[in-house]
Parts: sequence; C-alpha cells; structure tokens
Amino acid sequence: MTGRQRLPGQRSLARTLVLAAGWTVVALGGTFALDPFRNYQLALVAAYLCATAGLTVLVGATGQLSLGHAALMAVGGYGYALTVNALPFEGLPAFVLALLAGALASAVVGLLLGLAAARLSGPYLAGLTLAVVVALPAVASTWSTVLHGDQGVHVAFQGVPDGLRRVVALEQWQAMVAVVVTAAVVTGLTVLRGGRFGLRMLAVRDDEVAARLSGIPAGRVKVLAFTASSVAAGVGGAVLCFVAQTVSPGAYTVGFSLLLVVAVVIGGLGSILGAALGSVVIVLLPWLIGRLTANLPADAAQRLDGNLAVLVFGLLLITVMAVAPHGLHGALVARRRRRSSRRPTRDGPGPTEEPAPRKVLVPTEEQR
Amino acid sequence: MSALLEVRGLTVGYGGAPVLRDVDLDVPAGSIVALVGANGAGKTTLLRTLSALVPLTRGSIRLAGQDLAGVSVEDRVRRGLAHVPEGRGVVAELTVDENLRLGGLWRGPDRRAAVAEVYELFEPLARRRDNPGHQLSGGERQMLSLGRALVARPTVLLLDEPSLGLAPRVVAQIMGVLRSLADRTGLTVLLAEQNVVGALSVADHGVVLGLGEVVASRPAHELAADDSLRHAYLGF
Amino acid sequence: MDRLVFLLGTGLARGAVLALFALALVLIWRGARVVNFAQGAMAVVSTYVAFEVTSLTGSYWLGLLAALLAGGLLGFAVERGVMRFASPASPLSGVILAIGLVMVLQSALGIVFGPDYRPMRVPFDDSAIVVGGVPLLSPYDLFVLVVAVAVMGALAVLFRWTSLGLQMRAAAFAPEVSRLLGVRVSRTVTVGWVLSSVVGSLAALLLVPTSLGLNPHATDSLFVLGFTVAVVGGLDSPVGALVGGVTVGVAMSLVTGYLGAGLVPIAVLVLLVLVLLLRPAGLFAAAEARRA
Repeated sequence: MTGRQRLPGQRSLARTLVLAAGWTVVALGGTFALDPFRNYQLALVAAYLCATAGLTVLVGATGQLSLGHAALMAVGGYGYALTVNALPFEGLPAFVLALLAGALASAVVGLLLGLAAARLSGPYLAGLTLAVVVALPAVASTWSTVLHGDQGVHVAFQGVPDGLRRVVALEQWQAMVAVVVTAAVVTGLTVLRGGRFGLRMLAVRDDEVAARLSGIPAGRVKVLAFTASSVAAGVGGAVLCFVAQTVSPGAYTVGFSLLLVVAVVIGGLGSILGAALGSVVIVLLPWLIGRLTANLPADAAQRLDGNLAVLVFGLLLITVMAVAPHGLHGALVARRRRRSSRRPTRDGPGPTEEPAPRKVLVPTEEQR
Repeated sequence: MSALLEVRGLTVGYGGAPVLRDVDLDVPAGSIVALVGANGAGKTTLLRTLSALVPLTRGSIRLAGQDLAGVSVEDRVRRGLAHVPEGRGVVAELTVDENLRLGGLWRGPDRRAAVAEVYELFEPLARRRDNPGHQLSGGERQMLSLGRALVARPTVLLLDEPSLGLAPRVVAQIMGVLRSLADRTGLTVLLAEQNVVGALSVADHGVVLGLGEVVASRPAHELAADDSLRHAYLGF
Repeated sequence: MDRLVFLLGTGLARGAVLALFALALVLIWRGARVVNFAQGAMAVVSTYVAFEVTSLTGSYWLGLLAALLAGGLLGFAVERGVMRFASPASPLSGVILAIGLVMVLQSALGIVFGPDYRPMRVPFDDSAIVVGGVPLLSPYDLFVLVVAVAVMGALAVLFRWTSLGLQMRAAAFAPEVSRLLGVRVSRTVTVGWVLSSVVGSLAALLLVPTSLGLNPHATDSLFVLGFTVAVVGGLDSPVGALVGGVTVGVAMSLVTGYLGAGLVPIAVLVLLVLVLLLRPAGLFAAAEARRA
C-alpha cells in the first residue's frame, strides 16, 4: 500500500478534490434546470450548508455543540456587507475581498469564543454561544452607527456579469456563486478533517486525557476546530448577505441557530452529506408547511406561521435523537450495509468508504 | 442443607466470548469463601453479576433458597446481599456519617443502632465521622465501605478486592474483622481477592477462577497447600 | 446615591430570582449531568398556566399554586417522556433533546396563545418602600426576596438533613454505588427533575411580572442569565448559584441603571467570556480539590 495509512472514512486528498469538483459541476448544471425561485432556494441551501457543515464537523470531531452558529453567520454577513460598502470598486474583486473580510471577522470572533469555552468539555460552549445569539440584537443596536440596529446593513445590488446576462438569470447567478463558494468551504472542511488535524480532533474527542498524554495539545485542537467551524459559518453568512443584499439581527435569531442544529442532527451528526440533506430539509419544510397553511383563515394562519414548522422540527429532533441518533446519513449507510451484506462481496464485508459516524458524541465524563 | 448463596451454571458474555462460563458456586451460611484467580479471571464480573449490575446470559442465583432472577440491583441489598465494590465505592463528597447512614436508609429506625455498632467495630471512623470521604486514608476508606455494607445487616457480603493498595498490617486487621464477624455473628462472606495468601488464611473454602471457569473448589487450607494449582493459576 | 441604593435593592431581588433559576439548573446538572436547556421553556409553560388560572379565578395565589403544580408535572413528564432517551454515553444527546423540547414547547405556546406580550399583574404595590428618605425596593421585590430565601432554605434543609436529600446527593455523585446500597437512583433522578422544574417555574413566575410581559420567549434571556450564574458559581455548587445569582443580579441592575437595559445581554456575554477565560471551573467551585 502506498501513502500513509488512513482511518476508515478518510479519503485521499486527490479523491476529495475530484469528488468536490464532480459535485460542484452537477450542482452548477442543476441551476439551469431550476426556475428562479428554486434557484433562490438552492442558494439558501448552499449558504446554510456552509454553516451546517462547519457545525457538523465541530460536533462530529470534537463532541461539542454550538448553539450560536447563526450569530457567527451574522458576523460573516456584517463583515461582508461593511467591506463591500467601503470598497471603491465593484464586481468580482470586491466580492472576493468582502468574502475574505467576512471570513476573517468570523475567525476572530470564533477564536475568542473558542478560547473562552471550547477548551472546556461539557455544555460550556453551547451555553456561551447561545448567549452570543441572544446578545446579537443588543450588539447591533449598541453600535448602531456602524451596524444600523434592527435595520441592519444593506449592500448594493450585485447583478449578473455582462457576459453572462443573456444566458443566466439573477437568481441562477446567485445560486451559482453560492454553490461555488460553498463547494470551496466544504472541500476545505473535508480536507481539514481528513488530514492530520482530523486525527487529532478524533483523538481529543474520544479520550482527551489519552490524547494529551500522546502529546496532542487538546486545548489548541479544540479551539482551532471551533475557529474553522466559525469561519465556515461566517462565509455562509456572507453568501446569504450576497443573496439577500442585506444583513440584520432579525435574520439571525436563536430560532435560526436552533434550526441549524436541527439540520445537522437530522442529517446525522458528523456527516457532511447529512448536513447537506439537513440543509435541504430546513429550507424546504417551512416552505411546504407555509404552502399548506396558506389557505387557512388569517388568524389561524398567523398563529401557525413559523410556529408550526418549529413544532415539527422540534418533534423531529426529539424523534431522531430517540430513535435514530445517527440521523438520515446513518440510516442511509445502515441500509447500504444491509443490502451489501445480503449480496456476497468478493473483497471483505461491506463497503468501508463511508461508515456511519460510530461514536459521534464524546463519552460522559465519569465523576471518578 | 443447601448453601445460603447458590450459583448454578452462571454464564456471562459481553457480546461474543463469554466472560464467565458455567460457574457453580456455593457459599454456606456463616462461612467465608475466597474467590481467587489472576487478574482478568472474572472475579469482579462474577460479583457484579450476583448484584445484577451485569446481566447474566444463563444460569441461576439463589439466596436462601429464593431465585434472584428479575430482582433489581436496589432490591438485592434489601434481600440481604450487600456488595462492596472494587475500589471501595466510598462517596467522596459525603461525610463518613452520611456514607454510613446511606448504607441503611431503607432499614428504618434500627439503622441508628447499626451505625453505632460500626463505630464500635472501627474506632478510627468514629473520630472522623464528620470528615468527607475524600479526606480518608486507604485503610479508613476500606473500613468505611465495609462498615457501610454492615449497616444493611446483610446475610451475604460480597467483597471485591478489599486488600488492594493497603498496607499488610491494615489487610491483616480487616481480614481479622471478617473472620471474627463470621464466627461471632454468622456473617457469610464471598471474598474476591488477588491477595491469595491473605484470603485463604481467613477463608473456610476457596474457589479458583481461571479465564471465566471454576478450575478448583476445595477447603481453603488444601488449596493453599496445592503447589501445582498455585503455579498454574495463582502465579506464586 | 439614592439611585445606587435603589439599584442595589432591585438588583438583590433580581439576583434572588436568578439564583433560584440557576439553582434549578444546578439541581439537574448534579443529578443527571445534563444542562437543561429546556428549563426556560418549561418555566414559561408554567407561567402561562398561572396566567390562565389567575385570569379565570381572579386570584394571583391560585395561579401561583397551579403553576407550581404544572411545573412539577412537566418536570416528571419531561424526565420520563423525553430525557430517558438521552444516551448515558453522550452528554450532547441530553442537550439536543432539550433543544427539541424548547422548540416544541415554545411553538405550541405560540400556536395556542399567539405572539403578543401579555402583562402579568401582581397583588403588590410597585412603588418603592422609602426608609429614611431613601427609596429601597418595592414591596414586590421584598416578596420576591422572602420567597427566594425561603425556597433556598427549604432546599438546604432537604439536601442536608433529610433521607431523601442524602439519597439524591449520593445518587448524583456515585450512581452505581448508590444502587448497590439500595438507593433507587432512577427515582431520585425523577425527583430531581420535578424539584428543579418547580423551582425554575417559580423563578420565571417571579420574574415575568417585572419584565415586558408574558410571551412564549419571555424566559429566553432568563435562561441565558441563569446559565451565566450557574457558570459563574460553578455548575456543581448550590452555594455558587446563590452567590453568583446575587452578583450577576446586582451587576445587571447597575448596568441597566447606569448604561441602559439594552446593554444587559452584552454585559452578560462579557461576564461569561471573562469567567470562562479566567476561572473556568466557576468562582466558587469546591470540586477542584476533589478532582486532584
């Protein structure tokens, strides 16, 4: 065997890149088949996927949960919006620069939060990040000269580049940009997780003391994992701002943050494919429910609006945790396994390329 | 007459390979039975199975003629089966007195008398009754866990490695207490030990466990004298 | 100067409520090693029960009683119906189940009662008691303080001197050993949830009348504050919850009085970050000595 040894589920760099390119091409091709509204939804899914992929890598690899990824998205969004508005030029260079600024902003915030809580194990990161989302409106209104309070920051309309205007509608263009950026983020996370750093994260998650004893700086690994995760979320927020042309605290509530958690849990904690499926669900389900309740009387529709979807998501979350803790992705893998075990294979028992996340959650710390 | 604690055909397996296979064991009333064997032979698993902390795959456990199948961990101690776990199980955050009270909370009013008896039996504990468990020495912890089990006034006491990590003098003291309790009050003890010499010196009967199976069951003094067995299973 | 004294008095009352809420979190953390992220949502359900009963009967006290009963029932139902699914091998599964519960409870309340803020009235005068020319605190604040102190005293007695309290402490620290000693641990865990839910409900019930009013999200910030208090005091320490509650309550009252209420969430965040950076085990953690 050539190259270094890998754990099951880890891929070679080349394979990852080929896979990523393949998926990206498929998604870009897909935009031609979708109507403008569907393309808008695709752009949303892509933007959410940045955040959920970051979240799922964080949970899967370190066993820690963030309830504040919406706030980190907001940080990326504000970083993007403020930069784009401040730049004297427009077009692709402005977009790329603003995207990087958004990523940088979320990296700084993520690093600070990570230093405060990600070194600890237990519920601290979840609680701290929750406090961040709750404080977001206050932050926006306290520094309202820059962040414009509840109104948020608007950015100038970024149209389709001249050369493409004939072929591509605005929504499709936005979806394409979102897909490309998301592909880069997801590929980055996959490479990070597949490499040496990924092994360190798993070691820290499974047994922090043992990891320390083998010379892995557990605290630093956790902080870096959280920072990487928040950069992913920040880029997602920047993409969302590019699509919506605005960023405001009202879009990044506790509720939205919890929705991101729902996406990674029902997709299967630790699985990027699961995060993608989950992102599709959190975009489509509220829309479907909205369609169903649209014909109800105004009063009932107003009460059900939003609430019904949250109710369904809450029940889904509890059910998935109780019945299938590995989520959609785990269920898919289990089915594939069952099918392949029925049919005898030549090369050993079942496919090893993508195992269900075995022990996604860190073991309980016993008292003694 | 049948034994007070009677184990028949006990088989325990976590997943694949059984950890215990067809174990038969008799602990007659008022006697001390030493359960000896190398590390990993299954002594702790056997004791944990007797307390229902580990589910059994096959076999039966009878206490005073009654089958214990389906009786929960919490109810076994009420039936008279007390278990001092490996590592003694002193609750470090509670005081000595609270640990002792905990031993007989379900007993009702006579637990006060039982606690007082323990303080008489182990004087060092009486002096430290308000100290939290984490301030005790190893010997004091062992006295506490033993005393706490006695507060339940058990008919059978399961002891897992009481001598582990203790000075020989303290071990001798604890073994002495066990012997005198058995002789005076008719306490019945199943004593799992790696300290074979110490255990066989106070026991009436010895059972040797090797890789999950009973390889010998004989009067303690005979076992202590059997060189070939000692070499093969006990490593000294 | 008068203003400072008044803010301190109000802060003390607010802190007592926070301490109660944090105490409820600590109860469950010690008993089940779960931070109950649903505690705020559970408490707001009880508060709606109080609101409805009070509107029907006209009696604040009947509403209070009904809410405490509802809180206890809810604690029981949540532990038996939802939290039992939490995998003992992963602390995250409890957190995620609790989040699911938050979503279910809050959206159900939203569907039934709508999003409007409903003002909650209390049978107390809200003008401050003046002592020697200095306004101290309102009669309601005084009531809150008395109730909080009484509940904490009762809990201290329960844990320190009763057999049930001893069993609960033992079961929290050493579940397996406790079972071997005959403690029915699954029962003590349930009792812990019921107790915690009642205390958390009481805290919300005392706080909501002093805030904007009742809404499905009325306890969101209470939860964040309560979590902060529990972290400041150390999640394992009831005394820490008490001291942390008063500290955070007074600090937030001063922030509100001198800098404006809008800054409170930011101040909480800063406090949380500082405590986690400087004293991660909490300011009053007695646990460190044990772990060594």
